[in-house]
Amino acid sequence: MEEKIYKASDFKSDQYVRWCPGCGDHAILSILHKAMAELGIAPHKTAVISGIGCSSRLPYYMNTYGFHTIHGRAAAISTGFKVAADPDIMVWQISGDGDGLAIGGNHFIHAIRRNVNINTILFNNRIYGLTKGQYSPTSERGFVSKSSPYGTTEDPFIPAELVFGARGTFFGRGMDVELKISQEVMVAAARHKGASVVEMLQNCMIFNMGIHNFVTDKATRADRTIHLVHGEKMLFGKNKEKGIVQDGFGLKAVVIGEDGYTIDDVLVHDAHCKSNFLHQQLAMMDGHELPMAIGVIRDVEAPVYDEEVNKQTEEVSAKKPYNSLREMILAGETWEVR
Amino acid sequence: MLEKTNVKTLENVVVRFSGDSGDGMQLAGNIFSNVSSQIGDQISTFPDYPAEIRAPQGTLSGVSGFQVHIGKGVHTPGDKADVLVAMNPAALKRHACFLKKGGVAIVDIDCFKESDLKKALYETLEPFKEINLDAQVVEVPISSMVKSALADSGLDIKSIMRCKNMFALGLVCWLFDRPIDAAKHFLHNKFAKKEAIYQANAKVMQAGYDYGHNIHASVSTYRIETSNPRHGIYTEVNGNKATAWGLIYASEKSGRKLFLGSYPITPATDILHELAKRKDLGVKACQMEDEIAGVCSAIGASFAGNLAVTSTSGPGLALKGEALGLAVMAELPLVLIDVQRGGPSTGLPTKTEQTDLRQALYGRNGECPLVVVAAASPTDCFHMAFEASRIAIEHMTPVILLSDAFIGNGSSAFRVPEDGEYPDIKPRFVPADKVEGWHPYDRDEETKARYWAIPGQEGLTHRLGGLEKDSVTGAISNDPANHEKMVRLRQEKVDRVAFDIPELDVYGDQDADTIVLGWGGTYGHIHEAIDSLRASGKKVAAAHFRYIQPLPKNTEEVLNRYKNVIVAELNLGQFADYLQAKYPGRYIHRINKIQGQPFMVSELIDGINKIMEG
Repeated sequence: MEEKIYKASDFKSDQYVRWCPGCGDHAILSILHKAMAELGIAPHKTAVISGIGCSSRLPYYMNTYGFHTIHGRAAAISTGFKVAADPDIMVWQISGDGDGLAIGGNHFIHAIRRNVNINTILFNNRIYGLTKGQYSPTSERGFVSKSSPYGTTEDPFIPAELVFGARGTFFGRGMDVELKISQEVMVAAARHKGASVVEMLQNCMIFNMGIHNFVTDKATRADRTIHLVHGEKMLFGKNKEKGIVQDGFGLKAVVIGEDGYTIDDVLVHDAHCKSNFLHQQLAMMDGHELPMAIGVIRDVEAPVYDEEVNKQTEEVSAKKPYNSLREMILAGETWEVR
Repeated sequence: MLEKTNVKTLENVVVRFSGDSGDGMQLAGNIFSNVSSQIGDQISTFPDYPAEIRAPQGTLSGVSGFQVHIGKGVHTPGDKADVLVAMNPAALKRHACFLKKGGVAIVDIDCFKESDLKKALYETLEPFKEINLDAQVVEVPISSMVKSALADSGLDIKSIMRCKNMFALGLVCWLFDRPIDAAKHFLHNKFAKKEAIYQANAKVMQAGYDYGHNIHASVSTYRIETSNPRHGIYTEVNGNKATAWGLIYASEKSGRKLFLGSYPITPATDILHELAKRKDLGVKACQMEDEIAGVCSAIGASFAGNLAVTSTSGPGLALKGEALGLAVMAELPLVLIDVQRGGPSTGLPTKTEQTDLRQALYGRNGECPLVVVAAASPTDCFHMAFEASRIAIEHMTPVILLSDAFIGNGSSAFRVPEDGEYPDIKPRFVPADKVEGWHPYDRDEETKARYWAIPGQEGLTHRLGGLEKDSVTGAISNDPANHEKMVRLRQEKVDRVAFDIPELDVYGDQDADTIVLGWGGTYGHIHEAIDSLRASGKKVAAAHFRYIQPLPKNTEEVLNRYKNVIVAELNLGQFADYLQAKYPGRYIHRINKIQGQPFMVSELIDGINKIMEG
């Protein structure tokens, strides 16, 4: 049978997209459409499940199976769906920083811990947009918003830390302004078996304009970000003149040829390394002393929850002599009344 | 039709303490019987000493036992025990034969190591299996907990271990609601001159009692018996197991895989246990991270096309409220089982109540109707779990099944249904001739249920969600008139379930002046009260509700036939209020009890008599 070739437009629904003009969500939606076309999985073999928030409107714009659920619970709903559904169906879970890390924090970490085969796209704009501008769990300490007029008095989550804390098997990062790399990360996330988390740095034009500018600004992006590719040297800068080297227990950014550092000192990225120690170090780089990592940071294999549940069910039922409730009861202790 | 039943309560509790002859089983048994006698029970005891004065520890010849029979009308020490306390493998082996089938065996699991098993001549390392123990085994690390409780007592290890019997006694006092202070009083008399020993024993007794409290240990002291049983094959079940089986049967009859998303909570956890075991029948049972994830994973599974279930008790139902709203809005089939317990808040986790009715009917934001049904007895849990599943699937709606601690833990003889007794459940898939131009909220004309389009099929991709949908296209809609239309449609869909459920049966004297109404787990007691009243020459009728929302079609007509309408329920009048609101013209008398305990038949008789006498 010939494989059908899909176009990005095959995944678009007929619904008018209601996000604010210029919102980063438009770009992410378009990247996802392209990633789905690249993956070549039919729209009817794709499900997109979201929580609540601006980003969670996304399923309505997909010509796939979709479920716009309730605040914070998309990970739990996706887990049940993935266990129950035809195993060929690919599940994308759409969540924001408030939806996934505040109200839905518990489900987020448990879906990762279980390694459910779902691809989570975490839209991180570090603000609550739908409720019009309150700080989120990823807002910096001191961040001024409508609900923190004098600045927040709490430290933020860094999403990658939660993923690694829950022993996540896949973590990647993209940006609404980096179409190609983001598409590459989404495709890798989809091909990874198990829970994948893709953090998408996303700009909110209305309530948090330019929040990621420090790393996303075109003029300085090459120096403040690094595109990690498995098996390749960790080089960055306009002319790839800089690199990441190991420095004691930590990492350091150096200019090749300066201070005695040569290209041989530069680390080669290993996304498949079982230990997440260096992955975590890489994911924590924030663009200041070290460039922020984009691309696939970690991608390792581990038992997958939904497969294991179904495998165990099949295995134990194959061992039993009964195939129905009635046979099961009759195999136990019974008596007859005549 | 519900089967005629009798509820047996507390009348025949037999407890057997067994251990090494040095373990103090006689003392534990004596104190337990004294305490029971003090609170008004009749008692009969039977000490079962070993022949040898001091047989080697842990051996079969060294086992000592003490059987206590407590309750009303007690004339013998009882044939077989409801609860067997076995302090070591030898005691278990010797005395398992005195335990009723399906009884409770409490064992000191610290004393079941390989060497202990050898001493008692076990041939395998699976003692329960080896002796074919047909019991609910409660494994308690008695020795280690006694050691920790007395770590700072200054007593030597030998003296500490002598206190183990009091731990077991404390636990048994918890199980049967015997006052621990009275037990301590008897203990004090025994050790009047040895204060340190008394203190140590009292501390351990309290630790045993607290352990029972902490693990929500419970033993049903009720058995519901069917009189005039129909012929067939029977087995013993409690209500929770019957619930699990009803769901499995519905899965078989609907061809939909069964998915359970749940979180442990007393007294509903046994449903999770049974369905987890029944992975051997293909059940996908998932213990989720919390109550919300329990219901949400089930909603995900329902979207995927499974018969999806979540099981819980009152506090869990509160947590699941928002997600139930989503299931109502998405119009997906879902079964939620609430095994009610005493509330509010943590309340009385091991005790029974009917106080979640309002929460089940109304506990959600918005106009959020769903179907509510209730099981009347342990075996009826099977039937109503099947019914809840049938209604959920055929009417595309969430259904709440109310059970309670009393019927959930209560046991009964269950007749295995014969082929053909239950109907096939027919999921409403999108009809082949309607795929072209199909919209996700297209409805079946008769039931108003929308069609179930299982993901994975070409041509049926669609988006569901919690936002209001256009009644025709299924796209998001903020249109005011459309919202009202959809609210009314969702209500009408639930109302129309009334055409698909049995009418209300009247039991007793059809031409009486008084009818006694009940719902859910009070069935057995009300039934017995009615029988008793009629036997004494009174004319009285009764009807029992298992379908609550919607009510059976003939409800109003039945109510109108009687001068006095009485609702008896274990709450402050939640069902009475519900009926009163539906039929404001009728005055509704009430009999209420909120003590965490089932009705007593005598209380019901008194209450009904009082109302009948005006």
